Amino acid sequence: MTSPYHHSLTIREQLCYGCTHCMKKCPTYAIRIEKGHAKVDPSRCIDCGQCMQACPHHAIGVEQTPFELLFSFKQRVAVIPTVFFSQFEDSITNKQVALALYDIGFTHIYFAEIGVDIMKHLGLQNPDSVQKPMISNFCPAIIRLIRTRYPGLCDHLSRLRSPGEIAAIFARAEVNDQYPDHSENGIFYITPCPAKISEFKTEEGNHGRLEGVFDGVLNMDTVFNKVSNSISKNKKRFSSELCAEPELPFTTAGASKWSLINGEKQPNASRRLGIDEIHQVIDFLEYVEEDDDMNIDFLEFKACAEGCTGGILCTRNKFLAKERIQHLASQLPETLPEIVKTRIDKFADFLRANALEPDNMEDHAIKLDEDMETAIHKMEKIRKITSALPGIDCGLCGAPTCSELAHDIAQGGASIRQCTVLRLKDPKELNTLSRIWGEKKVAPESDSQSNVL
Amino acid sequence: MQTTFSVTAGDFTKAGTASSQIKRMLKQLGVPQHTIKRIIVALFEAEVNVIAHSFGGEVQCEVTPEKVFVRVVDTGPGIPNLSLAMKEGWSTASEQVREMGYGAGMGLPNIKKSADILEIDTAANNHTDIRMTFYLNGDNQ
Repeated sequence: MTSPYHHSLTIREQLCYGCTHCMKKCPTYAIRIEKGHAKVDPSRCIDCGQCMQACPHHAIGVEQTPFELLFSFKQRVAVIPTVFFSQFEDSITNKQVALALYDIGFTHIYFAEIGVDIMKHLGLQNPDSVQKPMISNFCPAIIRLIRTRYPGLCDHLSRLRSPGEIAAIFARAEVNDQYPDHSENGIFYITPCPAKISEFKTEEGNHGRLEGVFDGVLNMDTVFNKVSNSISKNKKRFSSELCAEPELPFTTAGASKWSLINGEKQPNASRRLGIDEIHQVIDFLEYVEEDDDMNIDFLEFKACAEGCTGGILCTRNKFLAKERIQHLASQLPETLPEIVKTRIDKFADFLRANALEPDNMEDHAIKLDEDMETAIHKMEKIRKITSALPGIDCGLCGAPTCSELAHDIAQGGASIRQCTVLRLKDPKELNTLSRIWGEKKVAPESDSQSNVL
Repeated sequence: MQTTFSVTAGDFTKAGTASSQIKRMLKQLGVPQHTIKRIIVALFEAEVNVIAHSFGGEVQCEVTPEKVFVRVVDTGPGIPNLSLAMKEGWSTASEQVREMGYGAGMGLPNIKKSADILEIDTAANNHTDIRMTFYLNGDNQ
């Protein structure tokens, strides 16, 4: 199956054992095991990264913009979520992190969360067409989940750009204003999640939303390593009293917690609910889809547990990271200082004009077939096959559940002979197993087996 | 294609189970979203009716490329006065059922609003048989 979306997660075949951990964890059943390796169905994958977190062999990688691209720009702007600062232990100060970010090559730093302050200050609002309860579009994996699995809820999705994008648009406006050769100004987002990279790499006109907003998206773990290296090399200099105060990025206390679950304090939403962790979100979306009178104004969904501190590219324990963001918030002002307001006001018209997502976001509902008659036939087939399968969801067939295997068979991509449990009753067929698990693992006279026996 | 779910009287914890299963099936088949919404609203009401008022029953759903046909049949005790039951706000629900948030007297009226065709066979001390048809190609074909 093809997908209009770009996917940033890749399976490194030389490291993948086909151990089924990722397949079992994938919330959209996008993974199968073929020839001893995991394979991802791009039409189902929502780039949530659960597979990467589940993989015991580090066999799943994430693409990113090469860091060197930074240096093809003279002005190198980092748009950084507060969660990045939360990755460091208390012994490392925000000042040291900022100094290291300048040291590794950035010339300007903006908090992604300043986007929230900008939206509030300018009173940016969603069009009336957005249905209640409004669903946050902050988490890119959730957007993909809704567009593929809950298309009936697309009208509920917020249409305002996410804070990081608004921050980037603001940063570009300021930098372009100061440095007139715009081709020399690069804006880079530092992301805790692969879904953001996928969004960035999906072309505009093909459901991409980030063309012209960012020049690159860097993985948080890569930047974390560079910053940590810089801090350990420059420890003395960075912690010296004599070291000039770096220009620290700014945001308000409320905005700084936006990426935590229940952190999105929307104005005009008196009844609100925040749900984290993709499997819980899926369970809840089923309810939202069925309940017409849900008396809730705003629903905040985050694919990772605890929100972005649980992001796949975060390095630190998510609870400790959350605590550091809360601590950071306690040191930040509640309202914007006049000087920041003036900076925002200068580009108010430009920000207003670019506040909404591009309007190319139709859904990509997954169905059994475009033709309903064929779909009905396939569903009848799935029913029959499912009732013949053992229903223990062992995963040995290379599909995560028996009903998924039945689905694959009906779609023509698998055979009932892949079912190992049924095969036990029929000892003739060994070939099918080697197709799933590779010759080595299932050959009757293999070394590993003879050692054990 | 046909599928059947049984509904147990008095078990409100399972209210919506049949509707939910049928919703998932219709989504996979590619039934338009707005039609699925109408079906769920009507089916949920009918399902709760079986739980709240009957001795138990079942939900049958049949899908063709032209229409979705849903039949909800229970084993009694029947509706003595159907025209009253079709009135908005009129309800025979017990205090116990109302306390659970049901029994507002909107069940049958909501079903009528949602379905393209609604047929009901019922009588006192008899079973109630509700048949709903939803057309897929344009509303009210």
